[in-house]
Amino acid sequence: MTMMESDQLLRVEDLRVEYLTEAGRVRVVDDVSFNLRRGEILGLAGESGSGKTTIALAILRLLKPPAVITGGSVVFEGRDLLSLGEVELRRLRGRKIALVTQSAMNALNPVLSIGEQLADAIREHERVGRRSALERARRLLDLVDIDPDRVRSYPHELSGGMRQRVVIAMAMALSPSLVLMDEPTTALDVAVQREILARIARLRQERDFSILFISHDLSILLELCTRIGVLYAGRLVEAAPARRLLGSPQHPYTGGLIRCFPHADEAPGPRPRLVGIPGAPPDPRDPPPGCRFHPRCGQRLPACQRSAPALTTVATDHEVACHLTRS
Amino acid sequence: MTYLLRRLVFYLLAAWASVTLAFVIPRLMPGDPEATMFARFHGKLDPEAMTALRRTFGFSDEPMWRQYLDYLGHVATGDLGTSVSYFPARVGDVIATGMIWTLFLAGLAVVLSYALGTLAGILAAWRRGRWLDAVGPPLLVLLGAFPFFWLAMLLLFLFGYTLGWTPVRHAHDSQVSPGWTLGFAWSVISHAALPAITIVVATAGSWMLDMRNTMIGILGEDYITMAHAKGLAPRRVMFRYAARNALLPSVTSFGMALGFVLSGSLLTEIVFSYPGQGYLLIQAVRSLDYPLIQGLFLTITLAVLAANFLVDVVYVWLDPRARSRGAP
Repeated sequence: MTMMESDQLLRVEDLRVEYLTEAGRVRVVDDVSFNLRRGEILGLAGESGSGKTTIALAILRLLKPPAVITGGSVVFEGRDLLSLGEVELRRLRGRKIALVTQSAMNALNPVLSIGEQLADAIREHERVGRRSALERARRLLDLVDIDPDRVRSYPHELSGGMRQRVVIAMAMALSPSLVLMDEPTTALDVAVQREILARIARLRQERDFSILFISHDLSILLELCTRIGVLYAGRLVEAAPARRLLGSPQHPYTGGLIRCFPHADEAPGPRPRLVGIPGAPPDPRDPPPGCRFHPRCGQRLPACQRSAPALTTVATDHEVACHLTRS
Repeated sequence: MTYLLRRLVFYLLAAWASVTLAFVIPRLMPGDPEATMFARFHGKLDPEAMTALRRTFGFSDEPMWRQYLDYLGHVATGDLGTSVSYFPARVGDVIATGMIWTLFLAGLAVVLSYALGTLAGILAAWRRGRWLDAVGPPLLVLLGAFPFFWLAMLLLFLFGYTLGWTPVRHAHDSQVSPGWTLGFAWSVISHAALPAITIVVATAGSWMLDMRNTMIGILGEDYITMAHAKGLAPRRVMFRYAARNALLPSVTSFGMALGFVLSGSLLTEIVFSYPGQGYLLIQAVRSLDYPLIQGLFLTITLAVLAANFLVDVVYVWLDPRARSRGAP
């Protein structure tokens, strides 16, 4: 992959996360590597259990036991986060890299007003008084179209969409250069989902930050992201610019995902049948040998059961881990 | 605030019901309660005390509703009648002296036990699997599992008699005259130390375990991950985000514990001959001092209700959801 060093904001290399259980080690993220360039929205797609949330939490080193990072590196703005001290890491969290968690319902502390929670983030990193922090909290709410007077509100007094916007405002609080968004719209209904996505896109134009956007919904990623990585059972199987991924998916799994949803821009006429991917993702405690997708793959070769294909560049900025593309 | 008002009305109704029960129950006793009751005192009490006793219970030839209204009036004005065993002292005065000591000893011990146990539970959950978490709960639960009076007697024997570190009975030295003096304060503190420690040792374990378990659940919540992701200092996450939420269920149990302070310290007070409510109650039962028993039960009931109301107020203050939704 050709890329200017200065372009790179985040480089995840051979990241490995394992659950250290009494029954043994379970590898949930298996040597995943990707780059995130400045100004980019990188999407990570995958079914539940594919390791996408784990990757986000691993970047901020927020994993809880038994999940442990057992290998690789996470280089952010030239520094390896995995070897950073606890205090330095804390200075980075929220200020340089912010997180928007999966469920808006539970992401806010129920006993603190949203103003206090926004102010907490600001005051942890900057020497500002309570009042000016609350004033900034008001402006942040305004930024996500919430009445600034709601600073006094408690989470239970807000709708799901509003809560999610508060969490986004919280991520914006210290103007981070990277925001990790883990399924930020999954728990919301479709109309609210649209609104939040539009909000995120607009904010990014105004404030210039990069996003790692994690979702199980490839259609959302295709719409929002500049580049997309597809995860399957803890491994990155394909990574390409969004358009290219939609136009010419190389991995059978990516192709299967794309055929899972209808396309609005299709030519009129008879619609192609929507097909799912037969089978279910493997049990991470006992993954199949070789390519992990081969039991569900319609195009498998004898080699697929024997060896795991390595990620190879097939075109500019397009990488695939599949035996089919080599032969 | 309508929520608190509703609760207040509920507690007032409950108080009225308990006061009424105290009136009705003696009158439901089979046979003639008055005769049964007074037969025991026949010849032992002077006529004046007998009349006082009759008056206390409102036993008279007046119609029932009249008796009931009189009784309510007496209770409302704090007139609980005259004690038989402490004759001619008023029941209200007798209870007041006992209550001061109980509130001091058991109140302090229960608050201390709650504070220490809860703090230990927070730390144990935060450092799950480390030494405090490994040693604390089993040890304290083991101590709490001993029969309470046995633990009290063991400590009394060990520290009071064998080592002679602490006084063995009463609330203060009889040679020191009560007053706002350093000597008296020291005497009171040294007398309260051992019984208080007994209560703390026996009860802190369950607080710790409760808090630890709730806290571990809370630590798995998304808002804890978010708090860490904001870069907040660990102590801030631990107290402001995790413990603040984990505290909510335990506040309710704490209210119950506070309510039973007035009755629950019975065993401690007996073992340490501490002149509190429990000690009074035993004395009253032994000497069949019905007015005093009735007065004590009333104060205990009212204390439980008052403590619960206090908990409701604290809950509303701690949990914004209780303010709008209406149920903790």
